[in-house]
Amino acid sequence: MTSGSAVGGSVRLEFPARPEYLALVRVVVGRVAGHGPPLDPLRINDLCLAVSEACANAIDAYADEGDVGARVDVQLALGRRQITVDVNDRAGGFEIGAVRPSLPEPHPHRERGLGLPLMRTLTDEMVVTPTDGGTSVRLVMRGGAGR
Amino acid sequence: MDLGLKVTKRDRSVVVTVSGEVDVATAPRLRSQLVSLVSDGERRIICDLEAVDFLDSTGLGVLVGALKRARTHGGELVMVCTQRRLLKVFEITGLTRVFEFYDTVDEAVAAA
Repeated sequence: MTSGSAVGGSVRLEFPARPEYLALVRVVVGRVAGHGPPLDPLRINDLCLAVSEACANAIDAYADEGDVGARVDVQLALGRRQITVDVNDRAGGFEIGAVRPSLPEPHPHRERGLGLPLMRTLTDEMVVTPTDGGTSVRLVMRGGAGR
Repeated sequence: MDLGLKVTKRDRSVVVTVSGEVDVATAPRLRSQLVSLVSDGERRIICDLEAVDFLDSTGLGVLVGALKRARTHGGELVMVCTQRRLLKVFEITGLTRVFEFYDTVDEAVAAA
C-alpha cells in the first residue's frame, strides 16, 4: 500500500443527467483513482474517458426518455489491485443484443456510436447489466502493466 | 475546463486551433465551427489538437462528420496531433487510417 492510499475506500457521486457535468465527473474520477492501486497516468486518463463515455450514454438514454430531472449515479471502489467504477442509470435500459460488436459508421448528427468500443478497449473489464428500470455499466481497471 | 477555438488562415489552409475539452457538452461548438468553414468555401482545414486535454467519442464523431462534409465539397480535413493519449483514441476507433496526421501545423501547411 502506497502512502496516501485509500485502498478499500469508496466514493459515490450522483449528478444531474446533463452533459455539462461530465467534466466534473472526470475530475473526480481522476483524483479518486490517484488514491487507488498504482496506475500509469495514461491508464487513469483512459479510465476517466471510459467513465465519461458511460455517463454520456446514460445522459443520452435519459434524453431519449425525455426525463429532464434525471440523475446518474457513479460509484468508485478502490481495491488493492483494481479500481471498479459502476455507472448506473434508471433510463429504461437498452437491448444489449442491439450493441454492435464492430465499429459502427458514425452518424453525422448522432455521434455516439464509438463510445462502447472505446470503453471496452480502454478498460480491463466492461460489463453492461440491465437493472430494474435502467442500466448498470461496470468498468474495471487493474493495477500493474498497461495495455 | 471549456473548449477553445481559434481560426487562422495560413496560405491555402485554414487552421482551427482547438484547446481544452471536447466532449458531449462542447462538441456542438466544434461541429458548428467546422461546418461553417466548409460552407464558407475553405477546402483545406487543419485541426490542431495539440492543446486538447480531453477528446471523447462525440468529438471523434464530429471530426469524422466534418471530414465527410469537407470531402463532399472537394476539400480535406487533416489533424495535427502528437499527444499519445489522443492518438490512442484515434487508433482504437480505426480513425488513424481515415485522417492524415502531422506533427506540427507548419508541416500540415507545407503539405498543402
